[in-house]
Amino acid sequence: MAKKTVLVACGAGIATSTIVNSAIEEMAKEHNIDVNLVQIKIAEVNSYLDTADLLVTTAMTKTEYPFPVINARNFLTGIGIEDTKKQILDELKK
Amino acid sequence: MSDLIFDESVILLDVEADTKESVLEIVAKNLVDKGLVKESFIPAILKRESEFATGLPTAGVSVAIPHTDVEHVNQKTISVAVLKQPVDFVIMGDDQETTPVQIIFMLAMNEAHSQLTLLQKLMQIFQDEQTLTTIANETSKTNIKKLLEEKLDLAAYEGGER
Repeated sequence: MAKKTVLVACGAGIATSTIVNSAIEEMAKEHNIDVNLVQIKIAEVNSYLDTADLLVTTAMTKTEYPFPVINARNFLTGIGIEDTKKQILDELKK
Repeated sequence: MSDLIFDESVILLDVEADTKESVLEIVAKNLVDKGLVKESFIPAILKRESEFATGLPTAGVSVAIPHTDVEHVNQKTISVAVLKQPVDFVIMGDDQETTPVQIIFMLAMNEAHSQLTLLQKLMQIFQDEQTLTTIANETSKTNIKKLLEEKLDLAAYEGGER
């Protein structure tokens, strides 16, 4: 499978995306998946429309993107985190 | 990492407010008064919260982690405010659904992407029902300071970790 580019975005690109970024990095390593993680502000997503394969975000977004969007709030609260991890893994393995 | 300010002056107890906006103003104003953030931090944090909500429902006491861009910050700090009555915050990643927040952790960060360990420890607290309940009911700022210093491992930061 080709190496995926995953956007990790939050409102400020400072706090929550840092947490999520690290969690995905760890998860990918655990599963021996080579992934290109890009940590950005949600407002910057449009610059990556052609290159990204997945958007994982803690910010609300109503915009339609050409790639799947996964809500990552669970990485912060721990509630339902396994489901979210599985969703992301499934996308990475596609 | 040696410049994180965390002491009783950024811990507020029994904060009374009816709306999330007034809560945010009270907490942010305190940071302005202490010189830890610029005046512009207040409108910036209000705007950010309205665009990207930060309420987090947890197993116990709901929390919010308002924060904004680094340029409004003079000195890195985490301000903790315990509300007398919970105030509804919109849930992060949602645009309408709210959660009754009782503890605010206002993050004033002065560098992007640089406080991973600290943030991870903070998120661990959000998954720790007992600690959140203790903070919500604690009446001593010093006790909250000690508890969070321990949970966030702040001694390690002051010692120059990273």
